[in-house]
Amino acid sequence: MSGHSTYNPTTGFGKFMDARMPIVRLVHDSFVSFPVPRNLNNWYTFGGILAVMLVSQIITGIVIAMHYTPEATMAFDSVHLLRRDVSYGNTLQSWHAVGASMFFIAVYIHIFRGLYYGSYKAPREVLWILGVVIYLLMMATAFMGYVLPWGQMSYWGAQVITNFFSAIPLVGDTVREYLLGGYAVGNATLNRFFSLHYLLPFMIAGIVVLHVWALHVTGQTNPTGVEVKSKQDVIPFTPYATVKDAFAMVVFMIIMCYFVFFLPDYLGHADNYIVADPLKTPAHIVPEWYFLPFYAVLRAIDFNIGIPFTDIVLIDSKLGGVLAMFGAIAVLFFVPWLDTSDVKSANYRPTYKIFFWLFAINAVFLGYLGSRPAEGIWIPLMKASTFWYFLHFIVIMPLLGWFEKPLPRPASIADAVLAKSSSDTAESQAQS
Amino acid sequence: MKTVFTKFTSKFSAVIVASSLALAGSTFASSAAEDEGGTPHYPLMKPVEQSWSFAGPFGHYDKAQLQRGLKIYTEVCAACHSMNLLSYRNLSALGYSEQQIKNYAAEYEVTDGPNDDGEMFERPALPNDRFKGPYANEKEAASANNGALPPDMSLLAKARAPERGFPTFIFDIFTMYAENGADYIYSLMTGYQDPPEGTTVQDGLHYNPFFVAGTSLAMANPLSDDIVEFDDGTKSTVDQQARDIAAFLTWAADPNLDQRKQRGFIVILFLIVFAGLLYFTKKKIWSDVAH
Amino acid sequence: MSEAHASDATRRDFLYIATGAAGAVAVGGVAWPLVIQMGPNEREKAAGGPVEIDISAVEPGMLITVIWRGKPYFIRHLTADEVASAKNAPESDFRDFAAADSRIAAAEGAAEEWAIVGANCTHLGCVPTKIDTGLEGWLCPCHGSKFDVTGRVMKGPAPTNLPLPPFVFASEEKLVIGQDKAGA
Repeated sequence: MSGHSTYNPTTGFGKFMDARMPIVRLVHDSFVSFPVPRNLNNWYTFGGILAVMLVSQIITGIVIAMHYTPEATMAFDSVHLLRRDVSYGNTLQSWHAVGASMFFIAVYIHIFRGLYYGSYKAPREVLWILGVVIYLLMMATAFMGYVLPWGQMSYWGAQVITNFFSAIPLVGDTVREYLLGGYAVGNATLNRFFSLHYLLPFMIAGIVVLHVWALHVTGQTNPTGVEVKSKQDVIPFTPYATVKDAFAMVVFMIIMCYFVFFLPDYLGHADNYIVADPLKTPAHIVPEWYFLPFYAVLRAIDFNIGIPFTDIVLIDSKLGGVLAMFGAIAVLFFVPWLDTSDVKSANYRPTYKIFFWLFAINAVFLGYLGSRPAEGIWIPLMKASTFWYFLHFIVIMPLLGWFEKPLPRPASIADAVLAKSSSDTAESQAQS
Repeated sequence: MKTVFTKFTSKFSAVIVASSLALAGSTFASSAAEDEGGTPHYPLMKPVEQSWSFAGPFGHYDKAQLQRGLKIYTEVCAACHSMNLLSYRNLSALGYSEQQIKNYAAEYEVTDGPNDDGEMFERPALPNDRFKGPYANEKEAASANNGALPPDMSLLAKARAPERGFPTFIFDIFTMYAENGADYIYSLMTGYQDPPEGTTVQDGLHYNPFFVAGTSLAMANPLSDDIVEFDDGTKSTVDQQARDIAAFLTWAADPNLDQRKQRGFIVILFLIVFAGLLYFTKKKIWSDVAH
Repeated sequence: MSEAHASDATRRDFLYIATGAAGAVAVGGVAWPLVIQMGPNEREKAAGGPVEIDISAVEPGMLITVIWRGKPYFIRHLTADEVASAKNAPESDFRDFAAADSRIAAAEGAAEEWAIVGANCTHLGCVPTKIDTGLEGWLCPCHGSKFDVTGRVMKGPAPTNLPLPPFVFASEEKLVIGQDKAGA
């Protein structure tokens, strides 16, 4: 895709196909000879891990859908019939449920890696935006998937999240009724969520193709943030990146298997082992852990926004919370333009680096706050943490670009690598 | 020069992490203090951690204990609690023979049909029938118990997991703690006591600080010494009964636990070997490239 | 020098082969559960247990159809004429000859004779219809296979006779399909 193809068909069949449907050439150019910077660290393996997770979720999902009944009176039982009576049913069901969490762990690491190394900067804006679209689709898919077991958290999660749409002025309640297919969450809702939960992963896969395509046009970033300049800077994808990604994937799988086989309920909610009951709300409704930061943002807005010194309310607290929550995701779309620095890697941006870590800690803390009840000290903390979240993107990022004095960067990737490896050898020689 | 800088930044981030942890800790403490004035959080007392044969990476059920638990369920709990997700055939996991299961099932009458004349009829239960509950439906169950529906017990050990709190929930990953439900049931069964002075308990409720959703629950203390006679001669104390029913309900909620843990052990062992091989392969392949 | 080189190469080859083999095992280990989960689940298997049928009301010449493991089975009470014609039919009438005796059963000590056969045509699985106008047994409506009263194929695309399920007479009135020993 970038540069010219080095694929040379040798067999007769290879030549035949290459002239008609050059799919082998495509694969060869994209995943064999494709040049990657030689200095990528392990944080860059999460793209590959995410691809594997997507495939793993789709395959296990198709398989457990064979045993699932999307009907309100039977859904809960069908999931437990799968766990109890189907060969390998409990493993497959746990794999899919734990897999959703692992997928999000990987995507968060991937996003933070992008933020650290400035992977969203020109010419990779479209690549980044496609990534945010994938993230949005993942959230929709995960939410609808969580409704399917039809436990208490499924039901009340659906109740709360679909109510976001009732915050829309004038038409909100009608929009919600159309989403639910009824006046409340019910059988119609379960059926359409099943249908969409089956569809969305394939849409994600489609956007992933575009994401990888865009990546292969611009090439990868790297820890120095200096673009590839010569052949010296790169190595072929296979075998170098392939074997490295494979190793990282297996290590990731070990962690995943630990949860699947030994702590299958750790990442879930006990209340989802109680069948959905429209008359009884669980004491603490919390979303899955990967939504918690946004849930904290939602609940931080408990005040109306109006014209000062009058009683006129422009945005009530409900709509305000929903707007803030969607804003927290939407702001990611604008990151390529909010960051005004032309230095990519945080390694050479001493001040941004500090703020990056502050942001990361704040995001984790925001997640913890999301799991706390909205009362007492937690509310002001949610507000402060939400404020910092937006401040980082809207104020700190643009200002830093103008005020920060970056460190000197290496002339090229090869220079950086050779300097490091010669100092490494010097060090090891000194030690021995 | 650069290494000095990296060292500095790593020290700096360590300071940030430490201070934010301290911040989290202090807010946690302050919120706990506040709870005393505000809405209380249940359960009042955390479940008491017990040692279980099914805990840990090599955990497995103790069949004798499960058999005792079944007896407690049959003679005590089943008077009010259903167990809809279990079939009689599942009891083979407790070490019962096919004939024993048939006999156990045959003590219950289930409705079947319609027959050729179009009528429903009663017949003794067969191994493939689901556990017969004490009530025809939830409405009947609630009305027979003054409006308090006795929950179905099939998944109770998974459905009751009081919050572990920070930072315990992080340590739980490393200690492989997954017996919250069993600890809860044991603690609840042994936790009935007189309410402390100043606490009023509603009529028809029973004080128990371990109850997950309040200070007291509708169920009276169901266990007492010798309420069940164990076939294996184990002394039938309340403590023993609480332990055995907790184990039995854990099995009922998670019947594949033994197999799951064995499977996990093999899979992870294999993946570690695989990761090791890949590590050396990677090292070999990358040996000619400075990076 | 070259020897050291060679042993290094061998070690490398071994490493690559071992890693590749482990990868193959991993792929197999993932594929296995995905295939095995397709089989009948435990509930289905347990539901496949024997069924008991009361045959006291089935007069000679009558046919009832029962379900075992989700599939239909014919239980036909044979008349004396039917038994005689089945026993006397020449071998050349059949595509898959079997002795009539081997396909006719009776409860111990009872005179009544029964044909108990699977009701799905051995061609492509349709249920044959009973022929009431003669001494033949069944005609398959899908592709025209014809069977005698004991389920032996006489003509048509069906290659083999209707199969015999495992069964046992628990008494003169009670037939058990799905097991071939009494009292089990």
